[in-house]
Amino acid sequence: MSSEAKAVESYLEKPKTLAELRAGIEAGTTKAADLAARYYDRIAQVNPRLNVYLSLTRERALEQAARVDDWAAKGDPLPALAGIPVSIKDVLVMRGAPATAGSRILEGYRPPYDATVVAKLESAGAVLLGKLNCDEFAMGSSNENSAYGPVRNPVDTERVPGGSSGGSAAAVAANMAVATLGSDTGGSIRQPASFCGVVGVLPTYGRVSRYGLIAFASSLDRVGPLAGNVRDAATLLGAIAGHDPKDATSSLAPVPDYAVESDRPVEGLRIGVPAEYFAEGLDPEVRAAIGRGIAALESAGCTVKPVSLPHTKYAVPVYYLIATAEASANLARFDGVRYGYRSPDSETLSAMYSHSRDEGFGAEVKRRILLGTYALSAGYYDAYYRKAQQVRRLLAEEYLLAFGEVDAIVTPTAPVPAFKLGEKTGDPLAMYLADIYTVTASLAGICGVNVPSGTTSSGLPVGMQVLARHLNEGTAFRVARAVEAAEL
Amino acid sequence: MTAKVSVEDVERVAELAHLELAPGETSGMLRDLNAILDYVAELNELNTEGVAPLAQVSELLDEAGQDSADKGVLRPDLPLASLDRATVLAQAPETDQAFFKVPKVIER
Repeated sequence: MSSEAKAVESYLEKPKTLAELRAGIEAGTTKAADLAARYYDRIAQVNPRLNVYLSLTRERALEQAARVDDWAAKGDPLPALAGIPVSIKDVLVMRGAPATAGSRILEGYRPPYDATVVAKLESAGAVLLGKLNCDEFAMGSSNENSAYGPVRNPVDTERVPGGSSGGSAAAVAANMAVATLGSDTGGSIRQPASFCGVVGVLPTYGRVSRYGLIAFASSLDRVGPLAGNVRDAATLLGAIAGHDPKDATSSLAPVPDYAVESDRPVEGLRIGVPAEYFAEGLDPEVRAAIGRGIAALESAGCTVKPVSLPHTKYAVPVYYLIATAEASANLARFDGVRYGYRSPDSETLSAMYSHSRDEGFGAEVKRRILLGTYALSAGYYDAYYRKAQQVRRLLAEEYLLAFGEVDAIVTPTAPVPAFKLGEKTGDPLAMYLADIYTVTASLAGICGVNVPSGTTSSGLPVGMQVLARHLNEGTAFRVARAVEAAEL
Repeated sequence: MTAKVSVEDVERVAELAHLELAPGETSGMLRDLNAILDYVAELNELNTEGVAPLAQVSELLDEAGQDSADKGVLRPDLPLASLDRATVLAQAPETDQAFFKVPKVIER
């Protein structure tokens, strides 16, 4: 690692786990208010270099911390996240707090309601510190598409943190929050978790409510946690999962105790390894690190066997057609009429729409709106959008087939470790290929976890993606725990 | 699917999406869209005749037999309280207290 990169090592002190912090609050040896204040100090110290936070919700956080300290003083039973400092990606809304989605077009917007996950975190006792930088409307793989400047990777500040939940991953890696929420449409939690060396969870589609998530592609969008270790991430998921009448796609299935599920041993689990994820284009050091992770699973008593996912190579084209088509429809609401930015001095309504959108949206968002509008336009719908939806079914069915033979599938999360800032910004297609291993699970609706699986020789984190069938998050957590326990 | 996008196509799609592109921006978008469409053309290798499109995955959860309770997940269609008018209008760039105000709709 270069000497410059070493300069940021001081950011990476080993933080306490959620359970340790909560125990301190329960015992009265730690005050939630002091803990929040310490995190705000750290944010003030570190944020100027990393650009992780877009806004702080200090007043609300300190009120919540005081509430938790009251409960603890009275000896009341404390909820799962009592006093734990958590931050959320700025695509989730909190009443009265800025919600930018990394875009200029939402400048000045103060949402009048809370996302369901915000309400759930607070009722579980979490102290919400603030809102985290991300690619504009969650569109990007490097966090370089934020209108508020890129986040830097705490492991090496010359490199990107991944995206689009770059702030969510970097905040955990730099201990600027104990845990965070991100959103994942094509890899936006898992890939930055991989680049920053933290745990990131893609819950099953419908497992976590999307109410209050600013929509990108509604059939793919998911909200999930990031944390410093697997058990903390499992605890967070337990707090935010469950049915929500405000999201018609949210699942009625009961929510298990994911932390307890993650404690179960992995002996006897069947682990599938798809050759398609280890083909050309995979960085040799990433390949080697994932190989060590797989060996650790074998040592822990898992049976490792090959599985075949032959349509994998079609996933990125399918994803970029479907996601952009849905985005072009979802982003039609940003028109300068009801909230956010309006271009001044337009003569007509139609000119006001296009000026507001032209000035409010960044280049990547425009590119995707254009691609999606094209794919949905008369004469092209069947050739692009319908074709993509058909291949989406083939991709999903081949996963279901594979999960008939194995309990979990493991792959690299990304083909390369964190790349340099500016390295891929000139070539949108090269940037899209950063998602090559994550988009299939998005399209199929299955769940997964990124777990750190060692580093490259220069110290950059490598992430293993552990995938499990719909609503089997517990299995993915167990496997991830075994990789984590190997301390690669 | 082999058809390449022309400048006119980009301009037409931009108009449909209410996006205004600067002249320099149009040429960049043209290049990027053609590169992306060339790349997605590899889907044509696949024969998908008879494959039903998959718009979203709830049906797969049912097939997997793990979420059968999800059938009929829509709530009863009852009128419920929503955000009040003043709260919503407070976010708008321009209102007359009762309605959103916009520039003139019909050009004379």
